[in-house]
Amino acid sequence: MSGETAISRRAIVKLGLIFNGIVAACVAVPILRYLLSPVSRERKVGYESWLSLGGLEQFPAGQTRLATYRNPVVNTWDGETGDIACWVRNLDGQSFQVFAINCAHLGCPVRWFPESNLFLCPCHGGAYYQNGDRASGPPERGLFQYHYKIEKGQLFIRAGEMPTPGRAAYSPSGGSRCA
Amino acid sequence: MRLIEKLGRWVNLRLPLEAPIRETAEHRVPRTSASWFYVFGSAALTIFLLQVVTGILLALIYVPSAGEAWNSLQTLNHGVSHGWFIRGLHGWGSNFMVAVVLLHMVQVFLFGAYKFPRELTWMVGVFLLLMTLGMAFSGQVLRFDQDAYWGLGIGASIASRVPVIGPWSVKLMLGGPIIAGATLSRFFALHVFVIPGLLIAFVGVHLLMVLKLGINEWPMPGRIVRRSSYLQEYHELTEKQGVPFVPNAVWKDILFSGFILVLIAACAAYFGPFGPGGQPDPTIIQTAPRPDFFFLWLYALLSFLPPAAETPILLLGPVIAVAVLLILPLVAGEGEKSWRRRPIAVLSVLLIAVALGTMTHLGEHTPWSPVMDAWSRLPIPPEYLRGTTSLERQGALVFQAKQCHNCHSLKEQGGKRGPALDRVALRLTHDQLIRQVIQGGGNMPAYGKNLTPAETTALVAFLETLHPPAQAPAVNASRAVAVRADSEKDSTPAQGDR
Repeated sequence: MSGETAISRRAIVKLGLIFNGIVAACVAVPILRYLLSPVSRERKVGYESWLSLGGLEQFPAGQTRLATYRNPVVNTWDGETGDIACWVRNLDGQSFQVFAINCAHLGCPVRWFPESNLFLCPCHGGAYYQNGDRASGPPERGLFQYHYKIEKGQLFIRAGEMPTPGRAAYSPSGGSRCA
Repeated sequence: MRLIEKLGRWVNLRLPLEAPIRETAEHRVPRTSASWFYVFGSAALTIFLLQVVTGILLALIYVPSAGEAWNSLQTLNHGVSHGWFIRGLHGWGSNFMVAVVLLHMVQVFLFGAYKFPRELTWMVGVFLLLMTLGMAFSGQVLRFDQDAYWGLGIGASIASRVPVIGPWSVKLMLGGPIIAGATLSRFFALHVFVIPGLLIAFVGVHLLMVLKLGINEWPMPGRIVRRSSYLQEYHELTEKQGVPFVPNAVWKDILFSGFILVLIAACAAYFGPFGPGGQPDPTIIQTAPRPDFFFLWLYALLSFLPPAAETPILLLGPVIAVAVLLILPLVAGEGEKSWRRRPIAVLSVLLIAVALGTMTHLGEHTPWSPVMDAWSRLPIPPEYLRGTTSLERQGALVFQAKQCHNCHSLKEQGGKRGPALDRVALRLTHDQLIRQVIQGGGNMPAYGKNLTPAETTALVAFLETLHPPAQAPAVNASRAVAVRADSEKDSTPAQGDR
């Protein structure tokens, strides 16, 4: 008799554990989806969109100028972190190159030096030529570039995401650009 | 007095803690362990308690919002009575905590305290070290200034290099596509809830193990740890020659903890809080981001690793380091404890200390970074221009205007990225100088497209003057031969004509 109850009690404990396991799994699904929402949102709607950097007159031919834009995906409490800078190079009045501000090494902000025609990074000394190609230092590649287009006298770029070395969507320097 | 006794008895009957507290206080420790070398663990615990208290105090004012965090730090520094001091205590406390935890670890390693039966205590300690470093990094993020912003960018760039899941992990780390409000919120949750919660749990386990297993005895050369006999030997050591923990050992712990607290308070009062630095506005690019002191060695390492090796070392290095630390007590759980008989252990500690120290020193001076304003701020030393021709002076002008000075120093002034050029004419001949300027190479960008032939000629003419007066500049011997041959060839037909 006592043996039987022991077995049945054990069975009840087992049943209870199984029941709790099912409940835990049910609760875990929304928790996981909540935690993964920064990834799933990208897969559903994407983060990037076409943004205006302003009229073409701001970017004289043959020069490289700093431009800023407001990131398309922002919250009201993001403050100034929603403002992003980029470098716009006007080659000849017709064609452009728009470089991300982030060094291709570890993302620090590169600075343009028109005197030596180089982009220099303050963190680990990466250097790039005016066309974004890697010149020296630790970066493995050239500067990240944004796709651009010109509409109604305005320069648009496709942006919305911080470029990092692991993100393949960005064309390497000198690669495909849509105009 | 009787009232207190009565109250104590009343409480103890309902919350029977007297026996375990008495047992803890009176437990016997080896006489040799009541030493000044055994105070770092308790000091780390004391600093952790200080961090909890000051952290809660800061949370009364701090706003974990990307738009407001920087302003709330300014309020803490300037608008709240002694807010600067509380920030100073928390910031200096964090530096001291990393330092004391490292000292504790070195002591435990050199005294062989990780050996049987304390292997698991060491392993838990490794996780405590990782959590301490995690607190240091996430705390630096909460000080939401330019360094924090770009530091997150560095973290995201490293995370993005993980194969397959790299881009996802960036988004999970940042909480979105860019460094913004969601990023700060999740680092706030990590720094204030997740890691401290884990720390408290792991510290509890760590302490419990120290109490249950007993503190490590002073290692004697030749006294070998064996799994079969150690427990018996330790028991005899504590029972026969042991002393009660309170008061024989604890007074040194208390005194040292108090000393560390005084040091932290003195640093906070004298040096003040850390930052915040510039506003976290990514459109302000006139900045040179730098991590806090304990990550400077990593910052330096990142600039010296060759590009091709960087990603594998960056991703595998930490994994291997942690694995080695975790496996250490399992492979070296027995044997000699004393550092006098463990030369490799001592050398390893020295090697790591020298490497980290050198890297940190380099991280403070960043010789790999161009001095961005050297070309406009630093003059060419006048003695280098004395008695030069107008062409050479023109070259000096090119040297400044094309920003060579940003990477190359003259008389110790200027960038350290490239070699100093004070004696460059001894190293490179005229032709080699032209080639180096135009084609670059050896980590120097090529300036061929950026210099006119006239500018290159002038620049090289100036560089050729850079040698000590008593030493002749380098010349290409074969060129002299070629020039002579040329001139002979020119003159030979003339002779033939005769």
